[in-house]
Amino acid sequence: MLPFTLLACAVAGGVFLIIREPNVEYLFVAGYTIVQYIVLATAWNILGGYTGYVNFGSAAFFALGAYSTVALATFANQLDDLVPESMAPIFHLIFPLSIPTLIVIGGVVSGIVGLGMGYLTLRLRGAFFAIATLAMAVVLQTLVVNWEFVGGSGGAYIVRPGEFPGLGSYMQYLFALMLTLAVLAVVIARAIERSRLGYGFAAIRDDELAAEASGVPTLRLKLIATTISGALMGMAGAPFPYYIGYLQPQSAFGLEYAVNSIAMPMIGGTMNWIGPLVGTLLLGTLQQIANVTISSAVNLLLVGLLLIAFVIVAPNGIVGLVQERLRARRAK
Amino acid sequence: MEVSIDLLIGAIVAGLLLGGFYAAVTAGISISFGMLDIVNIAHPGFIILGSYIAYIVNINLGVDPMIVSVVMLPIFYLLGTAIYQIYYLSFEKRGQESLRGLAFFFGVLFVTEVMLLLVFGVDYRYVEAPYIGPSLHFGPIDLPLRMLVPCIAALIMFGALQVFITRTFTGRAVLAVAQDQFALQLMAVDPVRIKRIAFGLSIATASVAGALLVIIQPVEPSVGREYIGRVFAICVLGGLGSMPGTLIAAMLLGVVESITSTFYGPSWAPAIAFGFLLLTLAFRPSGLLGR
Repeated sequence: MLPFTLLACAVAGGVFLIIREPNVEYLFVAGYTIVQYIVLATAWNILGGYTGYVNFGSAAFFALGAYSTVALATFANQLDDLVPESMAPIFHLIFPLSIPTLIVIGGVVSGIVGLGMGYLTLRLRGAFFAIATLAMAVVLQTLVVNWEFVGGSGGAYIVRPGEFPGLGSYMQYLFALMLTLAVLAVVIARAIERSRLGYGFAAIRDDELAAEASGVPTLRLKLIATTISGALMGMAGAPFPYYIGYLQPQSAFGLEYAVNSIAMPMIGGTMNWIGPLVGTLLLGTLQQIANVTISSAVNLLLVGLLLIAFVIVAPNGIVGLVQERLRARRAK
Repeated sequence: MEVSIDLLIGAIVAGLLLGGFYAAVTAGISISFGMLDIVNIAHPGFIILGSYIAYIVNINLGVDPMIVSVVMLPIFYLLGTAIYQIYYLSFEKRGQESLRGLAFFFGVLFVTEVMLLLVFGVDYRYVEAPYIGPSLHFGPIDLPLRMLVPCIAALIMFGALQVFITRTFTGRAVLAVAQDQFALQLMAVDPVRIKRIAFGLSIATASVAGALLVIIQPVEPSVGREYIGRVFAICVLGGLGSMPGTLIAAMLLGVVESITSTFYGPSWAPAIAFGFLLLTLAFRPSGLLGR
């Protein structure tokens, strides 16, 4: 556990230094998106890959994190109008919140929503949870569009500071934060995989009825998985308004988050933590290239077609294909 | 706020008309999800596809969208059987329908939407027909024909489906597949063939539902997503596969949505279906007329 964490930190640090070397801001902008997807894909896989419950609402959890940030930042801006004068100094001490704090808050909000959703729908057949998450994305978007405080349908501006003291551009700071989150997500995923919790998840995935009968507390485990997964997605979304600068409901609830966070683990492999990582690096890089050279719509089409092709032809993803190859060679 | 009775009656009537249309949209899901246990979340995608086909033919040749949809029925049916064949061979046979089957349909939904987006862009498209525009008036009640005609067409289709399912051999076999696949096999009926027919039918209803949708409102590729919550809410509330239950649930949702948008504004309407779905799942997962 500890050696792996150190290794992951070292890799992340190395990546940061390598990207920093050519001093091209674009590398951070593109890199941020890919690393953000590592968090989303890993988070999705904790619920989807480990327990077998499909979450179609990744975009909703992501947007919850993003809009928690927007709400708190707007609150900080209008502090003097919203708070009685006697209390104002105390609030000025706390606000504006730092991004790490916002990440934690985004995680808590999304985690709680995940828990609530799970509690209502996870007691029933798996399909109901999937449908409910799909519908939840539409409804949360409706709420945000109708909520003028966070900009409504018009969107909200977040002013990104130009520099972060001691590090250089603010984009570098955001990238470093997201890299830390990615390390956290992967370490959590790997730790779960090798714990009692992970074995419980696997038992639910393989045969929920048998697991329940053998005394696995299935509902509680599923709720834990939903909460962790939702919280990580919210954390990935929290710094997003600072990254994008101008947040619209359409971009926060973008379909690309939902489809990518499913496609990446599915294409990489859902059985362990490496799968989502491999899938994200491949698909994320491919998309960044396609975005520049072709167009963003064609690139989404590509992701959709790849997803369909992989679930039909290679159900265990790239990692599964490699494992099969290795096993075949050993058998020889 | 003073609630005027006329306004309320108007909202209820509009809701019933809307509900009839919702029944047509949900009929396909009632068959695939309710009876066959196939979680076809791509269904709204096929409905939008139906809308666009009706739109293209209507704009270029001036043919009535409903006639187009009836002509397209066999093609949608074949499309459905082809999709079921892929689904059966890749997922159902291997027992992987829960995770990968869902991801498959999600991919299909996504690809349909993006392809329509690439071809037609994000502009709203609408059709032209003589009954779009005029209204019938009965005292304080307005009956816009663009709602009334789709509602009647929807009810006809819904009734035909109900007759097919309860009166014909194949239809009863579909009901039997929903109850006990193994027993059906003992009666020397191939359950996979029955399921293929039923799934083809469910996709065929999307052709008609799509044409009705584009009559009722202008359509753009992402409209389908709003219907995912609605159709599954109706299907679950209706009791998974019970056709009369589906009709009642559709009317109920239509009325509640219509009242909400009359008194609180139409931007809140999409949230209603979700509330419906959550409440149903939390308190009565077997639906109104659950089996």
